[in-house]
Amino acid sequence: MTELTASPQGAATTAPDLTLDAHFPDAVQKDTRPGYSGYLVNADKLVEVATAIRDEMGYDYLSSVTGVDYMNDGKMEVVYHAYRTSGGPALALKVQTPRDNAVVPSLVSVYPGADFQEREAWDLLGIRFAGHPYLKRILMWEGFAGHPLRKDWREPYYEEDHKPFDTRWPGGDFHRSEENNPFGTNVQYPPDFSVDGWVPEAEDAIYAGAGALKESGNGHELKTDKLVVNLGPQHPSTHGVFRMVVSLNGETIDHLEPVMGYLHRNHEKIGERNTYLQNMPYTDRLDYICSMSNNHGYALAVEQLQKAKVPERAEYIRVLMVELTRICNHMWAIGFLLNDLGAFFTPALYAIKERELILDLFEATAGSRMMCNYMRFGGVYRDLPEKFKDGDTIDFLRELVNERLPRAIDDLDTYLTNNEIIRSRCIGVGVLPPDKAIAYSTAGPVLRASGVPYDVRRADPYSIYNRFDFDVAVRYNGDVYDRYLIRLDEMRQSVRICQQVVRDLPTIGGDIMSGKLQYQVRVPASEAYGRVENPKGELGYYVVSNGKANPWRYHIRAPSFINLTVLGELCKGHKVADVVGILGSIDIVLGETDR
Amino acid sequence: MSATDELLNPDFPVPDELQSNIAITTIDKIYNWSRRSSMWPMMFGLACCAIEMICTAASRYDLSRFGMEVMRPSPRQSDLMIVSGTVTKKMVPQIVRLYNQMPEPKYVLSMGACATGGGPFKEGYNVVSGVDKYVPVDVYVPGCPPTPQALLFGLIAVQKKIDQQSILTVPWYQRGPSEAIPVPILGPDIIDPRQSDVIRVQAAKLATAATAVAELSGAAEA
Ligand code: SF4
Repeated sequence: MTELTASPQGAATTAPDLTLDAHFPDAVQKDTRPGYSGYLVNADKLVEVATAIRDEMGYDYLSSVTGVDYMNDGKMEVVYHAYRTSGGPALALKVQTPRDNAVVPSLVSVYPGADFQEREAWDLLGIRFAGHPYLKRILMWEGFAGHPLRKDWREPYYEEDHKPFDTRWPGGDFHRSEENNPFGTNVQYPPDFSVDGWVPEAEDAIYAGAGALKESGNGHELKTDKLVVNLGPQHPSTHGVFRMVVSLNGETIDHLEPVMGYLHRNHEKIGERNTYLQNMPYTDRLDYICSMSNNHGYALAVEQLQKAKVPERAEYIRVLMVELTRICNHMWAIGFLLNDLGAFFTPALYAIKERELILDLFEATAGSRMMCNYMRFGGVYRDLPEKFKDGDTIDFLRELVNERLPRAIDDLDTYLTNNEIIRSRCIGVGVLPPDKAIAYSTAGPVLRASGVPYDVRRADPYSIYNRFDFDVAVRYNGDVYDRYLIRLDEMRQSVRICQQVVRDLPTIGGDIMSGKLQYQVRVPASEAYGRVENPKGELGYYVVSNGKANPWRYHIRAPSFINLTVLGELCKGHKVADVVGILGSIDIVLGETDR
Repeated sequence: MSATDELLNPDFPVPDELQSNIAITTIDKIYNWSRRSSMWPMMFGLACCAIEMICTAASRYDLSRFGMEVMRPSPRQSDLMIVSGTVTKKMVPQIVRLYNQMPEPKYVLSMGACATGGGPFKEGYNVVSGVDKYVPVDVYVPGCPPTPQALLFGLIAVQKKIDQQSILTVPWYQRGPSEAIPVPILGPDIIDPRQSDVIRVQAAKLATAATAVAELSGAAEA
């Protein structure tokens, strides 16, 4: 094989290597479907091609793996988006496989970060990944009938493929879905099902994965039994309904198996029935602490499809809202990390206090505290209010970003950073070295605390971030303590951005929406991958349109979900009490993990 | 009305000189008054609504003004289950188990549209159409998410409900143990053991319908 042209260094400015198909002439072709980009790779050569792009072309970071069901062509397609951690646009690889026997080689050996994402594609789309070490369902339970995201799979409350449903609009006859279901509630069973004698298999599969039931002891030492402890799904420190099956040797962790899906609420299936605009409020409920930035990512993806322009003022307002959201999120994350470490609720109270103030601004602007549903394709829903809390909004904002927030961040810093207990519980715990951080596709603060200065706002700039002066925060030890510190750093950078926005905002007039607000958005048949640097990491939306009023495929690359891939690895060898600290430092939200 | 006023309510005259030494009340009143003033919710968040629940507990809205700040992570120590978020099929066995583990008297507050009826995610294949399909609910709080004020209002409604109960009629002082709710099973879809009969009947119907269709299409082909 000849040398590949692009080198990892200085790649930030070069376009993705255009010669991949030249180097693998019989395995790789350009994706020439209109509106599509990237390469189609033959399944049997996938591992080879992936290794080459990683080792020779510098695409060391596999961001997202997902599947698309092209039912009408009888094909399943697996879509990979890879990046260089030195920056630049994506390289999209696609592998097609027949729909009725969908098998694709697993990339876990090349990119360990593909692990959970491949399991998800198996669970929801029924694509088998040959060579995957543990190909089990991840969001639904073992034993569930069917693969729900297949286009011909229908949910129990199925009514029609696309909204708005004829019964509801324009007719307006409402009825309860329960009335149409023979069982009177949200269930369906396969035709040959009998209730009697059903043995659930879900739990056994989980424990088998935990390696818990293996024998231990070598016959010479004292024979010890491994102890299996379930943390969650109802546990005060799992940040929601997350479960970890931990097998312990004494107090030391041998193996940790994350179990999720307890909040899997079928975002993607519902999203593919919805119209484009109807999905906007659903994105609020992904990472429900950061609804503004979720909106932003989705708006960007659809704007890519629409080729819409966003007016200047709307861009400024978007950036302001998103950065305030980042501050909220990191405040919350730090408060709850401290909760998990045992400083129960006092630091969180201070953190929540600042968040409440920002939420008030959101409420005055968007109409809701948490579920803002604020951005639209081509702008934002409403301008900032003139008046807020008995004064001008702009005065409030000036005070907020120039005085109040910097002070609050300094307060946290003063009281927490050098606290003896925090230092001894956090330093050197859960260390994630940079190579592993990249290999496991971690994103956001977790990645940057391990010494990889990768921030989508700088690496692949979107919106108007390239106009602002800010630094990509980075820390180098990769332990819980650095993951705490980096959140302080990032808040300070966000404050810097907000200060610049607030400085310029009064001079920027004009519209906040390009064109009229459309309820029925139609986009040409094409695909788009929109990504933003969410407070928890890179949030990506992969949207495929077939020209109709509803997205054909709507997938979310959820940072909380993918960051968890490395959790087991991080916890190995630590004491069981450290698990909650490590988990808290990753900062997950279950709405996004499980979707 | 202050708490002492409430206690003194039962129209039994206390001589003036004893007013400051004696309080006369009914068992019901004092029993309910103490229970309603120390409701301990279970620390148990399901989804987005849980964030608003945490905000309600924080300093701005301050749940402790109503005697509810002691959130217990263990069901054994709690009186009130706030179902704060989407109830999924995968989670509902655990919720039922937690409910069964709570000692009586126990109350359930369904917070938000999801817990009440499935909410925005109702049509989802993994979503239960309301937690009341499985456990009895005392108070529903609408909203998506309900604001902290709304949640407080709901909690006060639970207190009002407690005020109306009488020790003579409450179920947990009747003879015999109270029945546990059978825990749902994760089958090809969620199985509620109480619904087994319905499932059997309907499954048989669907099976005959399916064979009929198969025969029809077979006949059409032939
Ligand atoms: S009611 Fe709304 S806010 Fe509450 S859990 Fe459901 S979606 Fe989230």
